[in-house]
Amino acid sequence: MNEPLLRGVDLRKSFGQTPALDGAGMGVAAGEVVAVMGPSGSGKSTLLHCLAGIVPPDGGTVSYGDRDLTAMSDKERSALRRSEFGFVFQFGQLVPELSCIENVALPLRLGGAKRKAAEQAAREWLARLEVDQLADKRPGEVSGGQGQRVAVARALVTRPRVVFADEPTGALDSLNGEQVMRLLTATARETGAAVVLVTHEARVAAYSDREVIVRDGRTREPVVI
Amino acid sequence: MSIGHALLGLLETGPRHGYDLKRVYDERFGQDRPLAYGQVYSTLSRLLRNGLVEERGVEAGGGPDRKRYAITDAGVTDVSSWLVTPEKPEIYLQSALYTKVVLALMSGRDAEDVLDAQRRAHLGAMRELTQRKQRGDLADQLICDHALFHLEADLRWLELTTARLADLGKEVMP
Ligand SMILES: Nc1ncnc2c1ncn2[C@@H]1O[C@H](COP(=O)(O)OP(=O)(O)O)[C@@H](O)[C@H]1O
Ligand SMILES: [Mg+2]
Repeated sequence: MNEPLLRGVDLRKSFGQTPALDGAGMGVAAGEVVAVMGPSGSGKSTLLHCLAGIVPPDGGTVSYGDRDLTAMSDKERSALRRSEFGFVFQFGQLVPELSCIENVALPLRLGGAKRKAAEQAAREWLARLEVDQLADKRPGEVSGGQGQRVAVARALVTRPRVVFADEPTGALDSLNGEQVMRLLTATARETGAAVVLVTHEARVAAYSDREVIVRDGRTREPVVI
Repeated sequence: MSIGHALLGLLETGPRHGYDLKRVYDERFGQDRPLAYGQVYSTLSRLLRNGLVEERGVEAGGGPDRKRYAITDAGVTDVSSWLVTPEKPEIYLQSALYTKVVLALMSGRDAEDVLDAQRRAHLGAMRELTQRKQRGDLADQLICDHALFHLEADLRWLELTTARLADLGKEVMP
């Protein structure tokens, strides 16, 4: 494996009494797709949130290149998230009042891009995700699979270095789930982004380059035979 | 798989030479296992004997390659009934893996390692199939998906067994 671009070491996080993470660690290199697998409640989402700087861990470190995420101020961390990271969740991430193209253009607009330039880039990404015909529709007017492709376009439009996807196909049927995975991994590989893919489904994880297993808040090291 | 029935089915679309049948079969269904010529001709002569195909338009010269075969009415009936006869649902009993898990528990080893190693192997196979599926046409996709769903079922068993290791340990400990 190449030098990881993003790495979490000995991460610990408790909500009240329950430890959600109890010494978990993993790394992901540029251009690599890593699946995070494990049963429900094992700590996969918490691990993703810690790696992405959304949730500060109680213990352990997260490094991105030569920067220490865990030592940054909230403001620095959210600036880093906006400029370097992209996110795809299971559902409910598109702004219902905006059209699909406006949704995809939104991260660029928030970054200060002019409307025309942002929408042109957004249109290109909608085309790459094979949903450019939906540009002017509202999220409420498109199917689950189509909405998820729009969400992937929105996650990739800023050309993030790391894409975090938490059960991105969780609300889709098999065929739509596969299409979203094919497009997500192909475009991420093209752009050289690292992908942290949380899923409990093996057929989804099969789109990754390797997997990390989480159980009871700990990541399992592979057995060396 | 009944190769005789598959060849009969292909002949329903029109008479063909033996080599032509092999080519079409390999293209559609051969995936990893192309037919041997010998197998094609021995199957055809059996179908001929049973009256399910007939020779049509033998070209001058002789030799098996010169014959064209056509399906008979009896052959069509045979294909029809084969198509609606269900395949036997395969029951896979994972006894080898179950044995390993129990023995690991009985000897005080980490049974999770056994299951993890298997999961890794299964996911590796699923990755290869997924890549092949993405390169292939619709036929490849369907065949790979069939294998992928089966491997996925095994993995679900691995997960469930992992979750039950503590209970199983209590049961098998002397
Ligand atoms: N915000 C939260 N508040 C309280 N408990 C939480 C919170 N997030 C996660 N947990 C708990 O932490 C554990 C791990 O959760 P999570 O990381 O969501 O698991 P997974 O994504 O693998 O299903 C669970 O027991 C869950 O109930
Ligand atoms: Mg989760």
